[in-house]
Amino acid sequence: MHEVLSKAKKTAVTPKNVLTVEGLKAYYINEHFGVRREVRAVDDISLTVQRNEVYGIAGESSSGKSSLIKTLAGAIRPPMRVVDGSVKFDFGGQSIDVYGAPEQLKPARWRHLSYIMQGSMNVLNPVRRVKHSFHDFAYRHMGLSGAAFWSKVRQHLERLGLDPDVLEAFPHQLSGGMRQRITIALATVCEPEFIIADEPTTALDVLVQQDVLGLIKDVQARMQASIIFVTHDMSVHAAITDRLAIMYAGRLAEEGATQALFDNPQHPYTAHLIGSLPRIGDVRVRKSLPGKPPALSDPPSGCRFHPRCPLAIERCSREVPLMQPSATGGRVACFRAGEVVAA
Amino acid sequence: MHGFLIYVLKRLGQFLFVVFTGVTLAFLIAHFSPVDPIEQTVSLLTSFGNTDPRSVELLRESLRELYGTDGSLLEQYFTFWGRVLTGDFGPSLSAFPTPVSTVIGRALPWTVGLLTLATLLAWTIGNLFGALAGYFRNNRFLKGVGVLVMSMQPIPTYIVGLTLIIVFGYLWPVLPISGGAQLNLEPGFTWAYISSVLVHGTLPALTLVCVGLGGWFISMRSLVSNIVTEDHVVYAELAGVRGRTIFSQYVARNAMLPQVTGLALTLGHVFGGAVIVEFVFNYPGVGKLLIAGIYAGDYSLVLGVTTIAIIAVAAAMFLIDILYPLIDPRVKLG
Amino acid sequence: MKVLIDLLRYNREFLLGTILISIILALVAASFFAPYDELATYVVIPDMPPSAEYWLGTTSRGQEVFWQLAAAMRNTLLFGVVVALVSRVIAIAVGLVSGYLGGRVDQVIMAINDTLNALPNIPILLLLVFVLRDQMSWPILAVTAALLGWQHDSRLIRSVALSLRNREFTRHAVFSGMRTGQILWREHLPYVMPIVFYTTMNNLIWAIGLEVTLSILGFSDINRPTIGGMIYWANAHSAMVAGIWWWIVVPMAFVVILFLGLFMLAMSVNEYIDPRSRLARMGA
Ligand SMILES: Nc1ncnc2c1ncn2[C@@H]1O[C@H](COP(=O)(O)OP(=O)(O)O)[C@@H](O)[C@H]1O
Ligand code: SF4
Ligand SMILES: [Mg+2]
Repeated sequence: MHEVLSKAKKTAVTPKNVLTVEGLKAYYINEHFGVRREVRAVDDISLTVQRNEVYGIAGESSSGKSSLIKTLAGAIRPPMRVVDGSVKFDFGGQSIDVYGAPEQLKPARWRHLSYIMQGSMNVLNPVRRVKHSFHDFAYRHMGLSGAAFWSKVRQHLERLGLDPDVLEAFPHQLSGGMRQRITIALATVCEPEFIIADEPTTALDVLVQQDVLGLIKDVQARMQASIIFVTHDMSVHAAITDRLAIMYAGRLAEEGATQALFDNPQHPYTAHLIGSLPRIGDVRVRKSLPGKPPALSDPPSGCRFHPRCPLAIERCSREVPLMQPSATGGRVACFRAGEVVAA
Repeated sequence: MHGFLIYVLKRLGQFLFVVFTGVTLAFLIAHFSPVDPIEQTVSLLTSFGNTDPRSVELLRESLRELYGTDGSLLEQYFTFWGRVLTGDFGPSLSAFPTPVSTVIGRALPWTVGLLTLATLLAWTIGNLFGALAGYFRNNRFLKGVGVLVMSMQPIPTYIVGLTLIIVFGYLWPVLPISGGAQLNLEPGFTWAYISSVLVHGTLPALTLVCVGLGGWFISMRSLVSNIVTEDHVVYAELAGVRGRTIFSQYVARNAMLPQVTGLALTLGHVFGGAVIVEFVFNYPGVGKLLIAGIYAGDYSLVLGVTTIAIIAVAAAMFLIDILYPLIDPRVKLG
Repeated sequence: MKVLIDLLRYNREFLLGTILISIILALVAASFFAPYDELATYVVIPDMPPSAEYWLGTTSRGQEVFWQLAAAMRNTLLFGVVVALVSRVIAIAVGLVSGYLGGRVDQVIMAINDTLNALPNIPILLLLVFVLRDQMSWPILAVTAALLGWQHDSRLIRSVALSLRNREFTRHAVFSGMRTGQILWREHLPYVMPIVFYTTMNNLIWAIGLEVTLSILGFSDINRPTIGGMIYWANAHSAMVAGIWWWIVVPMAFVVILFLGLFMLAMSVNEYIDPRSRLARMGA
């Protein structure tokens, strides 16, 4: 169904990595009245995620975070298409090539891999009771009889601090935070090895946000699961992720251990993101970046950050900087990596 | 339960308001017309033969009383309401001296039966195929159904009816094209009579279904193709929920709700179609009665049918509206 | 302009609709060159089947079907256009005002809107036709039809207007001291134009259908040629039974052409203004 140009060189999946992404390109391709428009929302991205790891993806709005993880979750819909690259999962020896052999993914969904969509408080069917969602989503995977299944579900909800009676409710009777928590419960009830979560805390107020973050951490620790956690909120990343990737205009700018990234950002954009975090006792006015994020239908040449980069040199507009090992043990795509002074 | 009560009261208010407006409108049209119903009736009656002036004057007198044209406009208006509420529209001129209410009462079951059957069929078939066509966008067969159904949709009821008459009455005469049942049969619960009613109703119903199908098909298809992009459907697909469950419980069930509301909104239109169909197929319902009444200059009959039609349509809408919460939990508990 | 050319090139429905409507318009244009007075009867030999001399045959009333059809199409279309225009004015005014004012006023206007919408049109029109009798002329009928046929469209326009209410440019216009009327006319009207165009097509279809229906029943000026009127006369002469099929089949066929044409245009325009259906149509 999806047009995949298989790459010439195929590297074997290292067993340690639960997820291996190589040279992934996924574009929104619109063709209307003869005009073709491409939005290169995911452009040549490679990354790996390991077992029992919380991998964060940060970046400002419209940088392609959701597009990337939709592609990882095999959740893309037209007009989006995978143009190149591969996404491979390895669940304890059972390997899944999401775009090479899409049929492998189907039985693994929810059992091994679950996905919490952006705006996931709207994913519950508005005209059915919550329990029906649990039944439809999870019953097949758990191999339990009816009664055992329901007691398991109730137990799971209780463990997440939810009243099992919410099963009888309709979504519109619940608050946004409640629906969000139910969605997380729904995504974790089968105890999958891999959870992909897109801005699960964004629409919530701060207190509820804390709650939900705690919930996710709990679940992760208990199940030793891997999580890809997407949010534009750097302080959330600081609180929850082990490793962090910074995305800018459809590409990765930098990736590394979260602590190292915060302590010693190698990419000017990372430095900006961290520098703009409010800090106690700091009264300086944060300077914002000049210009706007680029349009992904017509991205800047060379380094996509160059029109806004304080360190940009002539080369930056001509050549695309590739991801290289960085001084702090991660990877960075910048010709002047490391020249950044941490803010 | 409290929310539901408020909902029902609101709908009831709307229903009463519609009836009030419609009846007032009918009254105004009737009373501000340049035609004097009494003179019209008198001239119609007298044109059949020469009547002596004295009995004409007597007739005029009784008609004036009958039509409530005595007194001020406001008094006339209240008299009219009195007649509407008691269902007394006086004797029908064309079926003299049978009361209009009796004539309408005889015709009403035919119309209600025909309309209920045809509307439900059109709604069900149109929505089913529309939903399938919206869900399986690339299915060749459903695309073909779409083209067929949609090209039938804009054609006026009359043309469709006439075409069916030409095809099944003249070219391939297999179905009766006129009447409600075979005339020589005694009405009753006999197999012969019921089957005759069904056979006679086939073409009228088919016409209404053909005309009604397209609208439901088109709107359902576009509803479904929007709903399939909604989060709850995409999410269920990602979770690997079975296709059949998604189609019925996540897509069709949700798309059906606005279509039920839509059904209520189109009833007035549907009734208009029934008038035409009954005329074309000489079907013994209120639509045919209305047109026959106009041809015959039967003032009370026309006014009676119009008023009853307005009330009946409003009542049917009200019925659908208050049943709606049964299928949409958001109204009942919201 | 560019939009039109693009639509013609890439949208099959639009192309087909344009072709069908062109046929109709050509016919309307031809009506101005008719060799006979359109009201005159017995000007040609009656009951002639279609031939080289009489393209579409002649009627039992001694009229050429082709020229009757041309005149009828013109009159019927004129009726439809008048209804559509008048009802457009009402629908736009009610929709824009209701949407712009919002709140309570909007609720009240929409309640009235829905009430009027709930009244069955045909019985009311028939009652009017009945009481007016000979005073009933086509312009009165057109205006009445227009008064009965705007509620659905005003609701659509209102929903667009409602979304414009809180946009930046509206607030800007309010602060810059523009009068409400001006805001609606200059700022909001352009936004609702696409949906107005779409509803116009549907309204035309409805209005013409109404005219055809009423004429077939003989409830309009039956001497003035209209599509429905032709069928009325054909029925009155039992054309089908007498084997003069062309008298009845020709106007029916052209009504279908007209309606399909309008319908295709409406559909393609709808698709053009609704990005979601555009997206869906590209499919996987
Ligand atoms: N359906 C779509 N068609 C075309 N472009 C899209 C579509 N969805 C998203 N985009 C574009 O893709 C880019 C990335 O969006 P997204 O992945 O949602 O970013 P993020 O999640 O980081 O906010 C944006 O420029 C957005 O406009
Ligand atoms: S490559 Fe050049 S433009 Fe890009 S981030 Fe580094 S210095 Fe700035
Ligand atoms: Mg996003």
